[in-house]
Amino acid sequence: MKIGSELDGNVPSGAIETKWSQHKFDVKLVNPANKRKFRVLVVGSGLAGASAAASLGELGYQVTMITYHDSPRRAHSIAAQGGINAAKNYHNDGDSVYRLFYDTVKGGDFRAREANVHRLAEVSVNIIDQCVAQGVPFGREYGGLLDNRSFGGAQVSRTFYARGQTGQQLLLGAYQALAKQIHLGTVELHNREDMLELVTHEGRAVGVITRSLITGEIHSYSGHAVVLATGGYSNVFFLSTNAKQSNASAIWRAHKKGAYLANPCYTQIHPTCIPASDEFQSKLTLMSESLRNDGRIWVSKEAGDGRPAGQIPEDERDYYLERRYPAFGNLVPRDIASRAAKREVDEGHGVGPLKNGVYLDFAESIGRLGRHTIEERYGNLFQMYERITGEDPYVMPMRIYPAVHYTMGGLWVDYDLMSNIPGLYVLGEANFSDHGANRLGASALMQGLADGYFVLPATISNYLAPQLGTQPVSTDDPVFAEAEQSVRDRTQQLLGINGSRSVDWFHRELGKIVWDNCGMARTAESLDTALREIPALRDEFWKDLRVLGDEESFNQSLERAARVADYMEFAELMVYDARHREESCGGHFRVEHQTEEGEAKRDDDNFAYAAGWEFSGVGEEPTLHKEPLHFDYVHLTQRSYK
Amino acid sequence: MHLKLQIWRQAGPTAPGAFEHYDMANVSPDMSFLEMIDVLNEQLLADGKEPIAFDHDCREGICGSCSMMINGRAHGPERGTATCQLHMRKFSDGDSIVVEPWRAAAFPIVKDLAVDRSAFDRIIEAGGYISVSTGSAPDANLIPVPKEVSETAMDAAQCIGCAACVAACPNGAAQLFTAAKMSHLNLLPQGQPERYERAVAMVEEMEKHFGSCTNHGECEAACPKEISIDFIAMMNRDYVKAQLKNRRLLGQTS
Repeated sequence: MKIGSELDGNVPSGAIETKWSQHKFDVKLVNPANKRKFRVLVVGSGLAGASAAASLGELGYQVTMITYHDSPRRAHSIAAQGGINAAKNYHNDGDSVYRLFYDTVKGGDFRAREANVHRLAEVSVNIIDQCVAQGVPFGREYGGLLDNRSFGGAQVSRTFYARGQTGQQLLLGAYQALAKQIHLGTVELHNREDMLELVTHEGRAVGVITRSLITGEIHSYSGHAVVLATGGYSNVFFLSTNAKQSNASAIWRAHKKGAYLANPCYTQIHPTCIPASDEFQSKLTLMSESLRNDGRIWVSKEAGDGRPAGQIPEDERDYYLERRYPAFGNLVPRDIASRAAKREVDEGHGVGPLKNGVYLDFAESIGRLGRHTIEERYGNLFQMYERITGEDPYVMPMRIYPAVHYTMGGLWVDYDLMSNIPGLYVLGEANFSDHGANRLGASALMQGLADGYFVLPATISNYLAPQLGTQPVSTDDPVFAEAEQSVRDRTQQLLGINGSRSVDWFHRELGKIVWDNCGMARTAESLDTALREIPALRDEFWKDLRVLGDEESFNQSLERAARVADYMEFAELMVYDARHREESCGGHFRVEHQTEEGEAKRDDDNFAYAAGWEFSGVGEEPTLHKEPLHFDYVHLTQRSYK
Repeated sequence: MHLKLQIWRQAGPTAPGAFEHYDMANVSPDMSFLEMIDVLNEQLLADGKEPIAFDHDCREGICGSCSMMINGRAHGPERGTATCQLHMRKFSDGDSIVVEPWRAAAFPIVKDLAVDRSAFDRIIEAGGYISVSTGSAPDANLIPVPKEVSETAMDAAQCIGCAACVAACPNGAAQLFTAAKMSHLNLLPQGQPERYERAVAMVEEMEKHFGSCTNHGECEAACPKEISIDFIAMMNRDYVKAQLKNRRLLGQTS
């Protein structure tokens, strides 16, 4: 393995409680009248991108917003159900900024940067204020004040929610703030445009190249800084809970231009999703984790049992979580519940027509609490399940199975959220920063909005201020022409293969390789298998892909082909990272590294670092840059849920 | 299942369009409607024909991208359900299914079943927000909101912006969308300072793009979130009041 220079996160000095406020005082500022002299490009209109673009527009910067959606409001943040954490301590249960910080570092299995996490906890309270003022209709108590839920991994109630549609309401809030800025002219919106290249000039990020999804025209955009808020890469697995269009192309393009990609092997599997029903399944649907509060998980004791659930007598059922984890039972953390389900299915205990799930049974709760109570608590989820499977969960147990739904890895950024390429900022799920190796529930929305509303608007002036008086690099500059040409060439190449297989076929095959070998449980052997199979599939992709239509029209197969082409390269790095990390931590479970109880066993002596990978060519060995992680406040311990 | 499909194909906004007929065999009842189209697209590709273009993304009924007229009904036969959540078990073996894009003058066709709904964005940009710059908000619990108010605002706010309401309306009117977006904000205490300006700005922008409401109620029946047309009454009331309201006295509570 090639080892490069050490990475410096540029964390400010001082006590952890004062770092952020001191840093805000220390950064260079751009005076209000000068802000309009700077143009910032924001790619992605989810929580992080929309909140950043709106906030920068309010400050007076000129913002260009690029999204592949028809409307910014459709970004995948909209699908988040559960809630958003904030250390408000409205419930007088002992919550504090420090406790949220502590829970997040520990929940992340000690693989996040302490200073970033503390800042996240600090601004969490401002996010709730901001959202309420915008009109986000959070759940309330009868007195008119805000209600909270509790969520996995925390012993306090700190989760704010808007029914089961919290992500939707938060995104609409950010979108409306963005819409106002579009109306005022500070933000220029370019919808249905796909970013296909990052442009750098003398080592700095100066622009992006996009392709109009409607006309196929190639556009150059130039700015003083580029902000990527383009989400995660769960769809490398083909089947995930992400939206169909969610993709890694923007971060992968930036990576190929020199940005380091950190910890790509940290992927999170959600235990309660609806299992695939047939080979045509296009995506998986997540069911809120709260179901595990009242549902009991079981399989038949007999492998290969073909009887329907109702005909399996009580003493022939194995409530395996209750058996193996008596203290936490059905409420063990996500990663543990997921691996346990995989083990049952792998050993032949799977249920349903494809034997690819486990039961989540509400019969006992319905008997104890009555159908009405269960309906009140989970009515909308039961309805959603019934719609998708055609089975009534009040009568038959639900079938569930784990699925990929969030990725903690992403582009490496420093404390200011700037990547190693000056002028390139990365926000939200697209960066690697705050969740370590495992994200706690209700923390993704918090991080996206923290980055967009509060962190970037405060840090970006540090980079922009010294550039006062300079113009963005002209789009007539050869760097733009070259980048445009490379986009055109790649598009032509995809259209010109004229093979026999569809892009979805290749995507499914790639998904199978990474899911089987780099999914919930990974071994050196499985990862080596993936490292052999991915390049072979990639070669086949470039020989046998078939994309019809032309480049100068709305061509959805061509869009997907470009994204899958990037996944073919990205997947290899993800597996490579998993292979190099000889420990288990959070969502990265290496079978060789487990405790006697079968839990993740970290190796803090050798792996307490963030792994930033530098691109050295497709199929070439990447260079590893380590950022050592220091834990001065939260002491390293082993998680246990027995 | 075996199905006979008639699907609208149109190469671009100004190109002539026509129905194409497709026979589909071996459709599984567990497929979603969009997965059925995915499979059809794979077949078309194998036959060297261009796949059918359609908008879709989350496939969980929340992003509002999917937009198909199925047998003349926006999002198809199942009440309160977006196209992506409609499953083939709702159809029978041998059925003929007609699939069209949203039909409304305000939504030009992009290609096949995909349309351009940016007119909705223009309505929000005109006034569908509460002006609060980042960082200027007071503590969240300084603004108590009665639970019933918050719940009603949420009933309106859950609109997914799919535009089924416009597609279902014989007049191509956008009253249900505009009313849902406006009522969400106008009901809340935070929305009061801009309430009447918002009503005027959103309604007037809406009227630049869409037809007029004549109370058919088709919108409510088509809405995948089952948003009530009561919100249209609220919008109309606020719009009328906005013409007469002395805004210098808005600080008075009675």
